[in-house]
Amino acid sequence: MVFEIPKEKWSGSIREVTIGATKEEGGTRTSKVIIGGSSALPYLNFEGSPGRKPALFMDVLDSLPADFPEAVKEEFGDAINDPVSWAKKCVEFGAEGLCLKLVSTNPEGDGGSNEDAVNTLKAVLEAVGVPLIVYGSGHNENDTKLMEMVSEAGKGERLLLGAAEEDWYKSIAVASMANGHCVIGFSNIDINLAKQIVILLKDFGIDLGNIVMDPLQAALGVGLEYSYSIIERIRLAALMGDNLLQAPIICDLSLAWAAPDVNEVGDRLGEPTKRGIEWEADTGMAALVAGAELLVVHSPSVLQRMKQAVDELYPGGGE
Amino acid sequence: MALNAMQIFMQLPKTNCGKCGFPTCLAFAMQLANQKTSLDSCPDISDAGRGALEGAAAPPIKKVKFGPVGAEVEMGDETEMFRHDKKFFHPTLLCQIIADDDGDLEGKAAGVKSYEFDRIGQVMKLDMVAVRASGDAGKFKEAAEKVNSLAGKPMILMADDAGTMEGAARALVSARPLLYRATQDNWEAMAGLAAELKLPLVVYCEDLNGLAELSEKVKGKGVEDIVLDFGPKQLGDALRNLTILRRSAIKKKFRPFGFPVLLESSASDPGMMGALGVMKYASIVTFDEVPVSTIYPIMTLRQNIYTDPQKPLQMEAKVYDISGPTNENSPLMLTTNFSLTYFIVRGDIEKSKIPSKLLVVDTEGLSVMTAFAAEKLTAEGVAEFIKKLGLEESVPQKSIIIPGQVARMSGSLEEESGWKVIVGPRDSSGLPKFLKAQTG
Repeated sequence: MVFEIPKEKWSGSIREVTIGATKEEGGTRTSKVIIGGSSALPYLNFEGSPGRKPALFMDVLDSLPADFPEAVKEEFGDAINDPVSWAKKCVEFGAEGLCLKLVSTNPEGDGGSNEDAVNTLKAVLEAVGVPLIVYGSGHNENDTKLMEMVSEAGKGERLLLGAAEEDWYKSIAVASMANGHCVIGFSNIDINLAKQIVILLKDFGIDLGNIVMDPLQAALGVGLEYSYSIIERIRLAALMGDNLLQAPIICDLSLAWAAPDVNEVGDRLGEPTKRGIEWEADTGMAALVAGAELLVVHSPSVLQRMKQAVDELYPGGGE
Repeated sequence: MALNAMQIFMQLPKTNCGKCGFPTCLAFAMQLANQKTSLDSCPDISDAGRGALEGAAAPPIKKVKFGPVGAEVEMGDETEMFRHDKKFFHPTLLCQIIADDDGDLEGKAAGVKSYEFDRIGQVMKLDMVAVRASGDAGKFKEAAEKVNSLAGKPMILMADDAGTMEGAARALVSARPLLYRATQDNWEAMAGLAAELKLPLVVYCEDLNGLAELSEKVKGKGVEDIVLDFGPKQLGDALRNLTILRRSAIKKKFRPFGFPVLLESSASDPGMMGALGVMKYASIVTFDEVPVSTIYPIMTLRQNIYTDPQKPLQMEAKVYDISGPTNENSPLMLTTNFSLTYFIVRGDIEKSKIPSKLLVVDTEGLSVMTAFAAEKLTAEGVAEFIKKLGLEESVPQKSIIIPGQVARMSGSLEEESGWKVIVGPRDSSGLPKFLKAQTG
């Protein structure tokens, strides 16, 4: 019996965004990452192009918060106490890029100086050759100043800057445009807001080819289904031709470690370290299946799991 | 593919006799199209017309039940590709496989029974257990009977040879196990056994064309309840083929694929394969090993994915202690029972590291602003709930922090409750700063 594979016809495709610039391109990266490009639902290559393979980045924080997961600390060992050695370790583990979060600069937290943070950025750029995502501390007032300095320090490197929000996007848009960086448009699990932030950035003058969307990946057990469905809906709208929603999607998995189930003491829900790793991996799997093009991973074990998952999911891979 | 009223009307007698209770056949057809009445109300419909209409009305994916009467499990009868279009109906069943020569067979079988967790007011458990034959029919039968009595769960009997299967299947027929599996080599004997015992049967072929063919052949042998298995070796093949099966059934009404699907997790990373199966249309996922650290997250994922998008998961309405044990001086905050709202507020309170009490009120699963607009979050309701819980005893200072978005209810809540109402930040992300300032 021969049956016909039921295919969907899509008119749209996801834009490609390049993160990182090599020497020839005016930067100092030894590798760059291109995400996006698919014209079908995730990994369904029988009805369109699967686009680029999803990219796996790892978190590096310039200051370790007190509540940073012990399990991840153990996996990194001493390296985690210094952002440069942490960054190197991530690359050794196989990260294709890094997500540097300059959390030390929060005036309501560590209160570190922006200069020190930017020096950390420079040192990381020097120490590793992979492309970088850079975030401030989330303190909008200080981030406005910080991201301008980050933009200067990373001139030519084609950083991905995080993150523009509806009520705070102009300064990061300026930082992006000034030195040719890409920018993340963040929204809070809402397809209309996801589109809105892209509109704001575009109207401000950002090229659509420089925008990556972060629709907020809620962790397993803590609202994952909302993120999952919003990402699926964004992807369907993009494939049906909504130009503004055709940006590639980034999902940050670090929230998984804050889920109450992960932090429950004792073995009732399984050995805590393994439980945390599984929690992040399942959150990542949901992001990939829904349509994420770039994952920011916390734990080295999860990086390996996601690498294998991406290899198997991507057409022609695995086996 | 449901028929519209005109398509139904064409099959009716068109006599407008009114015996169905509707004045005309067209009116009856319209009610049928909306599933407001049943075809049985028409006494004069031709057999051909009935056949055509019932065929079209059959669900795209058959509902398959198995397990002992009273404790059976259901699967299939799904209608959607995406949960946001309506919902997924029958949560993926999770199954542990035990080999009949496993040294710890009894321990594992008993373990399946105790494998239960309560999460947000729902019980999450391993739904069933499979016994896999190592070759000897007598041993298989004995093991299957033992597991059946120890686990007390719906079962899958796994044997690739109908001769091995027969003894165990006959012995356990009253427990209505799922038989696994008919292949291109054994299908005649396996289907004959399943048809005779009226048991559901797994049909296995790696190639989808072969699977469709086998599904038809087995059905032709008289097996009504079929479960499909294509044994993917890796995640990509699993995702693509699960999608093709579901689409063929739902969008094309391709009958050979109109059955639930079983997915074995062991070929790849079992945690990731299990997660994929839960998200993408598997009705059963089997595991060779069931470490809690792998299965509990998958159960949580299942809870998430199978939540009705129209009826969000709700927290129990009560006072929760956040950030460690609280005392009578701990701040008391108010939020709604929409689980996502609760988790966000809880996370933000935890960031403050100040032990706090969080009063969750029943708003039928609506978020703060929606609940307020829909009058599910009212001063009267909150005041009444505070009284019912006797909160003045555990919070002697009688003050409560309400979300800034509902600042408008502060006056009426003070009046209704006699409590001091403090207006908190508009967004819970402002709570750490706010709480630090409050507790000085």
